[in-house]
Amino acid sequence: MYSFEPNEEQKMLIDVAKRYAETDLRPAAHEAEEEGIFDPKLIEKGWELGILQASIPDTYGGFGDRSLLTSVLALEELAVGDMAGALSILAPSLFVTPILIAGTEEQKTNWIPPVIEAEWKAYTAAMIEYAYDYDPNELKTTATLDGDSYLLKGEKRFVPFADQAEAIIVYANLDGKTQGFIVPKGLEGLEVGEREATLGTNGLQTFSLVLDNVKVPKANRLGGEAGHDFAPILAAAQTSLAAVAVGVARASFEYARDYSKERFVLGSFIAQKQSIAFMIAEMAAEVEAIRLLTWEAAYMLDKGEETAAHSAYLALMGAIDMAMMVTDRGVQILGGHGYIREHPVELWFRNGRGIASLTGLVMG
Amino acid sequence: MISFEKSKAVVQAQYLIQTVADNMMRPVSRYFDEEEGEIPWDYIEFMHGALRQMGSASLTPDHEKQKEAEKAKKPRQAYVVMAHQIEMLSWGDVGFYLCTPRGGLGSAAVESAGTPEQKDKFLSILNGEKPIFTSMAITEADAGSDNSAIRATAVLDEETNEWILNGEKIFVTAGRLSMENTEGYTVIWASLDLEAGRSGIRSFVVPAGTPGFKIAKKEEKLGIRVSDTVTFVLEDCRVPYDHILGNPKIEKSTEGFKGAMQTFNVTRPLVAATGLGVARAALEEVKKMLEEQGVVLRDGLPRNKMTSIERDVIDMERMVRSSWLLTLKAIWMSDNKISNAKESAMSKLHAGDVSSKVTQKAVELLGPMGYSREFLLEKWMRDAKITDIYEGTGQINRLVAARAILGYRGKDLR
Ligand SMILES: Cc1cc2nc3c(=O)[nH]c(=O)nc-3n(C[C@H](O)[C@H](O)[C@H](O)COP(=O)(O)OP(=O)(O)OC[C@H]3O[C@@H](n4cnc5c(N)ncnc54)[C@H](O)[C@@H]3O)c2cc1C
Repeated sequence: MYSFEPNEEQKMLIDVAKRYAETDLRPAAHEAEEEGIFDPKLIEKGWELGILQASIPDTYGGFGDRSLLTSVLALEELAVGDMAGALSILAPSLFVTPILIAGTEEQKTNWIPPVIEAEWKAYTAAMIEYAYDYDPNELKTTATLDGDSYLLKGEKRFVPFADQAEAIIVYANLDGKTQGFIVPKGLEGLEVGEREATLGTNGLQTFSLVLDNVKVPKANRLGGEAGHDFAPILAAAQTSLAAVAVGVARASFEYARDYSKERFVLGSFIAQKQSIAFMIAEMAAEVEAIRLLTWEAAYMLDKGEETAAHSAYLALMGAIDMAMMVTDRGVQILGGHGYIREHPVELWFRNGRGIASLTGLVMG
Repeated sequence: MISFEKSKAVVQAQYLIQTVADNMMRPVSRYFDEEEGEIPWDYIEFMHGALRQMGSASLTPDHEKQKEAEKAKKPRQAYVVMAHQIEMLSWGDVGFYLCTPRGGLGSAAVESAGTPEQKDKFLSILNGEKPIFTSMAITEADAGSDNSAIRATAVLDEETNEWILNGEKIFVTAGRLSMENTEGYTVIWASLDLEAGRSGIRSFVVPAGTPGFKIAKKEEKLGIRVSDTVTFVLEDCRVPYDHILGNPKIEKSTEGFKGAMQTFNVTRPLVAATGLGVARAALEEVKKMLEEQGVVLRDGLPRNKMTSIERDVIDMERMVRSSWLLTLKAIWMSDNKISNAKESAMSKLHAGDVSSKVTQKAVELLGPMGYSREFLLEKWMRDAKITDIYEGTGQINRLVAARAILGYRGKDLR
């Protein structure tokens, strides 16, 4: 039977994430963006909220079962605080979650506990590539079998914390299928490139990564010898990115809503003018619609429904347009003030555009 | 606990109604669109019989059942089930849905504003041998969006203890079905005191055949042509005292009017559901027709690899689905007695946009075939447009939603 009410545990987690987003992430967001770095102490504090740990079973060092729906609820709240901050805190999930979804038992016991049981450390993943038609299902980076190893070759972009990563999941094209490979630091041919400069989310440190025939043991292929199905990993990435979009859009909507009730122009508050009020009503409706689409995708994925991958795809397609529509209006409602970097709406506007391009940068 | 699982009741309802849609609506959809004014008796008789047999599964929520569920601490779902029924009926043909006996806006008004005695009297007759329709008449020539501006009057004749109604109402859905073709009734909004504004407005049950009542005009419309839309004229039209719904005393407060407006919190998502049913029909038909013409619609591609048609179809799909979820949430809140003025207005404004955009896109995507009356796509585009007009236009629902979001009252934002 349909219900739209989170359970008690989820409500608690939402609350925790919300409070942290309000008191820590939001106040730090502007400086992090300008300086290009998030205060590591703040990341550690966010890590200690246990949002990722709560969805890792205790056999692997966590304290809960995986629920993408629960993650999505928390992720949205964090992203309301700041997108770069949310992505920084959850970078280790880019490494752990695919292993949890698709790894062999051995991979899980070897790789998950050291991440989950310790303080925040840089674990990450490399999926994104430079191409106008970047497609996680048809990557240009290749994996070729070479005796007991795979050779990885190609170039990845926007890899979070690549410079300090303990290990990275690198996605590559193996005979036409996308497969993940666990790549520990220090392998020969693995070159961390330039710090990336992007339209938004500069508080998240990302790097380019060159793989020049990096030799990875066969055992490091996600899922072992037989490999794995990439679809559930991609679906989790799409759904999570959609949740981030909802968070960013909500931030912009809420800020513009409050501002419009205080800004007095030509005899009334701007919120009292229909052209502004109507925008606000449409923003609220669109955010909520895509939010529910995202919840549905997460719910379907958790249930293992056949149509889940399509739901996730649909949610992201919706989130791309919604995020841009809402964050654009956020700037517009503040007028000239919206264009000034003192107000956060311009940052959300820049971040909002990222949703179209950043599949693989977040996974709850 | 968040859940997107359809209950058994929903699955059953969808299955049953899809069968009705496939067999009794789609095959004659075109005919009744072309022959405006003809009445789809086959459908009406069938639905009346079927709903009577199903009893509780009728298109008005069964309040006894609801109460039982409440006592048993089971979650209530009558409105959610109803939203699914309406969506599926509208998927079949939204004009036909408006010709479904028993339900209708008139009985909904009795349901929400009537005393227990009035409910007994005016709801039980829906269950009789013959199909009965009800309608609700608010709109006047000079009072549409602003329904507090109505000029129809009700005066109490103290000698006979009857209300005397005078005025003219336009655009009444199922006006003819309720007052001419069956022994139904209409609910008329009229003012007890024109000086009193909103607080003077009440609604009155006027049964078919009441002297002084007549139908003056039948409209010819863009779409939903099988559904009749008429003008009522009331000239010294008398109804018994107990036909007034709610409190007959005029008080300073506008509680009565607000109560009437609260009906909209339920009906708006249900109207949203009608538009989304049409939109889903158009989307499914577009996919089918494109495939028949050899177009392969690939799934899961990034935006920049899609053809423009693939992109349009995916956009249509996610619009329909997300709007439907918005609607479901609003109506789920009604079932759970959570106040939903904001959500219901949001679902209506969203679905108004989505149903218009999707059905218009559907015609465009099929080229000359979309434009042709040989197929139903062009009809659905005409039918869907009403979603954004009645039960509060898109603009009015934006106002209602914005007020709720901003914490404003009518005087702050109009
Ligand atoms: C097929 C059909 C069936 C109907 N069925 C019924 C029925 O059963 N019972 C019934 O009582 N009525 C019914 N109606 C009437 C319907 O509810 C009204 O037509 C509708 O509320 C709009 O009123 P109007 O036509 O007078 O438009 P107007 O109020 O004149 O509006 C004209 C335009 O101005 C906009 N507008 C109005 N006020 C504002 C504002 N404050 N701010 C911004 N924009 C504004 C509107 O959105 C619209 O775009 C029906 C109408 C149709 C077409």
